[in-house]
Amino acid sequence: MQLTTKQRTRVDWFLTFLRIAALALIGAGLLAFIAQAIDANNPFARWANPDALSLTGKQFRDLVVAGLAQGAMYGLIALGYSMVYGVLGFINFAHGEVFMIGAVTGAVTSSKLAEAGAWESNFVLCLLLVVFLSMVVCTVTAVIMERVAYRPLRGKPRLIPLITSIGVSFFLQNFILVLLGPGTKSYAKMPDWLTEKRTFLEIQGTRILVLAVAAVAMVGLWYLVERTKTGKAMRAVAEDAEIASLMGIDVNRIIVKTFAVGGAMAGVAGILWGLLFNSVLHTAGFLPGIKAFSAAVVGGIGNIGGSMAGGLTIGVAESLGPLMILEPLGVSGPSQLRDAVAFAVLIIVLLVRPSGIFGERLPSEERT
Amino acid sequence: MNRFGFLKRSRKNRGALTVLLAMVAVFSLLATSCGNDDDDAPAAPEATAAPEATEEPAAPEPTEAPEPAPDPRGDALGDGSLGVVTVPEGESIQIRSLNAISGPVAFLGLPNQRGVELAIADYGDIQGFSVDLGTPLDDLCSAEGGQAAAQTIVADEQVIGVVGTSCSGAAVAASPLVTQAGMVMISPSNTSPALTSDFEGNAGESYNVGYYRTAHNDLVQGAAMANFVYSELGISAAAAMHDGDPYTQGLAQAFSNAYEEIGGTTTGIVGINKGDTDMVPALTELATGSPGALFFPIFPPEGDHVAAQAPTVSGLEGTQLLAADGMLVDGFLELADSEGMYFSGPDLRFGTNVNQGTGRNADQILDAYQAAYGELPSAAFWGHSYDATTLLLDAIAAASWVEDGDLHIDRAGVRQYLNAVSGYNGVTGSLSCDEFGDCASQKITVIFHQSAANIEASKNNVVYAYP
Amino acid sequence: MTVTGDFPTTQGTSADAASRRRLLDQDWQKLVRAGGILALGQVFIALSGMPVNFDRRLLIDPILSLGYLSLIWLPLVVSYWVGREQVLEGMTAYARGGRDVLAGAIAGALGNAGLTLLVVGITHFDIRDPLVNWSPQLLAILHFEESVWLGAVIWPVIGAATGALGGGMHCASTRITRTAVIAGLTVFGAAVLESVITDLSQGFHIEAVSDWLYGPKRGLTYPAAIVVAVAAIAVMAGIWAYRDSAMRAGLVGSRQSPAAPGESDRSRTVWRRFISRRLLGYALVIAAVVVLPLFLGRLTNELLANVGLFILLALGLNIIVGLAGILDLGYVAFFAVGGYSVAVLTSPGSPRFSPEMPWFGALFIAMLLAGLVGLFIGAPVIRMRGDYLAVVTLGFGEIIRILLLSDWLSGTFNGAQGITNIPGVEVFGLATVRGFEPRSVLYLVLFFCAIAIYVSWRLENSRIGRAWMAVREDETVAEVMGVDTVSAKLMAFVTGAVLGSFSGAILSAKVGSVFPHSFAIIVSIVILVVVIFGGMGNIPGVIAGAVVLIGVLGGPNQPGLLQEFAEYKILIYGALLVWMMLQRSEGLIPSVRRAQELHIDEMNQDAWLRAQAEADDATGGGGGNSSVGEQP
Repeated sequence: MQLTTKQRTRVDWFLTFLRIAALALIGAGLLAFIAQAIDANNPFARWANPDALSLTGKQFRDLVVAGLAQGAMYGLIALGYSMVYGVLGFINFAHGEVFMIGAVTGAVTSSKLAEAGAWESNFVLCLLLVVFLSMVVCTVTAVIMERVAYRPLRGKPRLIPLITSIGVSFFLQNFILVLLGPGTKSYAKMPDWLTEKRTFLEIQGTRILVLAVAAVAMVGLWYLVERTKTGKAMRAVAEDAEIASLMGIDVNRIIVKTFAVGGAMAGVAGILWGLLFNSVLHTAGFLPGIKAFSAAVVGGIGNIGGSMAGGLTIGVAESLGPLMILEPLGVSGPSQLRDAVAFAVLIIVLLVRPSGIFGERLPSEERT
Repeated sequence: MNRFGFLKRSRKNRGALTVLLAMVAVFSLLATSCGNDDDDAPAAPEATAAPEATEEPAAPEPTEAPEPAPDPRGDALGDGSLGVVTVPEGESIQIRSLNAISGPVAFLGLPNQRGVELAIADYGDIQGFSVDLGTPLDDLCSAEGGQAAAQTIVADEQVIGVVGTSCSGAAVAASPLVTQAGMVMISPSNTSPALTSDFEGNAGESYNVGYYRTAHNDLVQGAAMANFVYSELGISAAAAMHDGDPYTQGLAQAFSNAYEEIGGTTTGIVGINKGDTDMVPALTELATGSPGALFFPIFPPEGDHVAAQAPTVSGLEGTQLLAADGMLVDGFLELADSEGMYFSGPDLRFGTNVNQGTGRNADQILDAYQAAYGELPSAAFWGHSYDATTLLLDAIAAASWVEDGDLHIDRAGVRQYLNAVSGYNGVTGSLSCDEFGDCASQKITVIFHQSAANIEASKNNVVYAYP
Repeated sequence: MTVTGDFPTTQGTSADAASRRRLLDQDWQKLVRAGGILALGQVFIALSGMPVNFDRRLLIDPILSLGYLSLIWLPLVVSYWVGREQVLEGMTAYARGGRDVLAGAIAGALGNAGLTLLVVGITHFDIRDPLVNWSPQLLAILHFEESVWLGAVIWPVIGAATGALGGGMHCASTRITRTAVIAGLTVFGAAVLESVITDLSQGFHIEAVSDWLYGPKRGLTYPAAIVVAVAAIAVMAGIWAYRDSAMRAGLVGSRQSPAAPGESDRSRTVWRRFISRRLLGYALVIAAVVVLPLFLGRLTNELLANVGLFILLALGLNIIVGLAGILDLGYVAFFAVGGYSVAVLTSPGSPRFSPEMPWFGALFIAMLLAGLVGLFIGAPVIRMRGDYLAVVTLGFGEIIRILLLSDWLSGTFNGAQGITNIPGVEVFGLATVRGFEPRSVLYLVLFFCAIAIYVSWRLENSRIGRAWMAVREDETVAEVMGVDTVSAKLMAFVTGAVLGSFSGAILSAKVGSVFPHSFAIIVSIVILVVVIFGGMGNIPGVIAGAVVLIGVLGGPNQPGLLQEFAEYKILIYGALLVWMMLQRSEGLIPSVRRAQELHIDEMNQDAWLRAQAEADDATGGGGGNSSVGEQP
């Protein structure tokens, strides 16, 4: 693990023990789950948790789809984390709040549009308008955030902008709270053709839409980063900002653009959130933000495809994990622990593979 | 800087510091032991008899006749065992409101506080003395907040009683403080059985003598819902859901216990977290038990998500959804998802009930509410709060007398009156206090929500009343 | 002003007529930008509901409520900021004058025009749907319950007046502005501290003082405010006078004995006098802290007990964040471990396991458990980079709260219902500490604060403390120099955890019950703000931070002196965190070493300039570039 090849200390032994214990628990849970699925009365299943009830195939599929849809949103938010991290090297904690602001913008505009009567008559157009507005608001928020809070701190020790971003996060959260009040901000009613279960695998239309939009956004972002001049500049700044500036790249502009693109992605995710859950609160950004960060880490931070894969992993893990691993192990009320599962995934991934699933660089090489 | 000097200095100071530390320790120990004795000393000039805050208050003795008092006392209740508060001529009788008036729970606490304000305005003076509510206090819906606010209350020894708290968690910390200071506490919206009793003669673990409430006990609502589901709907397997809040968890548990007692099977109780949106995992967990009914006594917005997502979960398609008063808000009833659901809650058919303290009925109070605050109450407990206040004021009236132009209020008399309350007419119905302070009418109704287009009709569509 | 010698100083040229600028020679772009920012800020403050919610709280009886203060302070600050000019080393500063006053007034007026727009907007449109505070109540505050026209006109006028004041601060000498600011803050403090001062005067039986200071509806009375301000100004004047005389004496002394040995001798005696004065100060503070609670009433003691709990927490986090430089966002976990272990071990109501131990025994076990949890959380994270570590510790904090809340473990921790009926603290048969008597709680808290301060102070100057600071400054270098970074970091976690568990243990005895929601993420964040606001790595700073923030604004579940701020607490904490990081990342009372680390660039620059100047002196001003190679 360490750059220096030192002899293994007690801490290393403890970590190895933790790794093995975590993987063994997961393995035991999975085995018990499979054993129950095969035959609820086989000895292993009875030994693990006799009361556990196995899932039907339909329920299993629904859980996977719900997890994927949730995970796609984590992935979209994680892109923002990942890009900023790649370019600036610090976690922008407040990115989750940008996402929340996008969702709130969508709620306000959609309910205003519904009041004007346009929402029902012209749903697709209105939706596009809402998405556009939300992207604009989020982009502006992200850019202002960068300008006010992060740019003056460029070059400071890494913890300073990190702490600042925590402050920005709580400020934005409460900014929305005091302006718009503590109540739930609801979206206007979605048309039935969107919400009903489609014949295709009986999956809800909104979930299909979420997955599709996430895929499109991913491809667009990939194109931007890998195939355009801006993307090239971004990658250059990520590699080494100083040398990039010597090469004639306006580093400040690239950083602003990075924040803008991340913000826009968060705006899209915010609207998808609204479509899926119909309502949003001022606190809606914090936990998804943290989970999205976990997704970015799990996928290997700085890696676009990895972020999406990490998001899907976290989404599916917190959807399936409680019932597939915890309940067979005898944990009662496992669904209550789903946030704990999401964090546990992060911890275990960092324990077992600190660079994330798709990460290339070992994070310890730039440890501060 | 000279490194050696630095080291030397620190070594030299070590001795001094140890001595200082020891001194601090001794001082603080001494002071702590003295502190108890001094605590009430400055209070002596304030009240004619300083309340013995640290002593266990006398047990309620409702049957004891008022002692043969000197003439001016008249037939005022009380034996003076908890002290007598004197309100000098020209000053006001002090009571307090302690409700969750800020943050996300303000929707519950604000109507409570306003109920108190309206009741005081309607009640008028007591023996020529006006009633002062002071600054409204906030229980922050937490134990710490409740305790801090209670300290503010008991610091003023003129205070007779408190209407509050909004949240049971705050009451757990506030009620021992308030009641041990000889004051009474009447809550309009605590429902936890731990604060009063289990109705079988066992005091709850957080019960304090001097605590009363005009809200129902969770056990009643749990039993009402259990009976309704089992007997009226004929469903013999049900599940429950809570959101980790003490109120919702307690109610879900009470429902489950009552349901099992009458012969039903609880297939599962699942907790979700505040702020959750994706309910599919939790609902799937419940679906594995194939319940015929799902009772989720939680609040929006989590409740909205449950109602919207439950029908899409395989295994819950035909499950009857039921919620409690927390979901009985217009925003939710207007959603199509809520159609066909049952809601339990305290009996809100106030109709022509008249509060005997002020002679007002619910419509008059609501008119006054709207006139004063520009909106209708955001939660159901304004009436309970109104009744709690008039109960307190009536108790003060019954335990007070005027002597030399000053008003004297016997704290023990206030409790004596409240303990003996029976068949008191309030806007929420007929109130009778049991020996553990449960004063509510304990009437629970279940309504059926037919159509999102006509929510007013649904609110009055009572299909079941308990008991 | 590190460079002396031939460079013209600011003072020297201020009277120079050539550097004076004309009244209208303004940086208009900057003014408009400041006005715009101010307008946005003012509209936000108005729409956040502060003016309406704070209006009940009077500061100076008939004239100023907290609500109006919330609308006045920002123009003052922004207009002062507008007039600020960076005077670069060696450049001539312009003379200050009417131009600055005008600039401030323009910025203030422009900014408050935002409120004018708001007044007009509220009267004509109703967008209360998304913006909850777009209300008639706000309008009433904004136009002083008079006509809309008055409201529309008066705000720019107020803005111009406050702005002129803010800009004018640049014209007066530093002493005058500083005195004015301190007088203002004193009046504000006297108004905010109303309940404490009332309490104190009752304790000393001098109620007449507080009765005279404060009106019947709370808030300072008009004459009292003036007297307080005058008193503050008098004290400041005294301090200035004393400093002048001290400085004069010092100058005279140095002229009398310029010889080197004499100087070192004198400096030692000065140093010794300094120490003894410092010790005297400490002794006074300790005596005050020990004796004062006896004279304080219930409310103040309760408030101080809450502050003390956060001092304990902040001192613990200070070891982890401030000394060892590990950003732990899950510090609340240790608070929870302390609280819940004491609750389970002492309460007869704990469900599964209820030994009903005495508090001190439970505290011992809580300490052990907290240390173990510290090790358990610390071991996996210490190898991670700073930012991964932050999120993972945050995750651990949440996991612990979720487990405490869960139905799964409710057999032990009673889930959402919490553990109630926690008995008080029996102090060796001498006394009982219970939440009913805040004074006893305060003494208990003080006792543990004293322990925590002593431990932090000793550790800071010990081998392990130097190891922490080495790790904080540069882990790789520390490792190369032979510091065992792993055990140093683990040690920081364990020490911090144990201090945090003290606080949790006292909390559960104080409140008499524990609930999982008392241990949410926000607690960690508030403690972090306290540590950073006060000054990372500096014990007095951390204590000051806790006293100011928790005492005035309150903790996440604890009300402070300004209870009206309840809904805005976290907003302010967030903004404060950002502002501190941007402007003063070393905190209110910085630790010297920490400040050096944070300002290493400026220090290097200063050192370079100094070297430059020395080189100039040596070579007669010719070889400026020669020293470039020597810069660190």
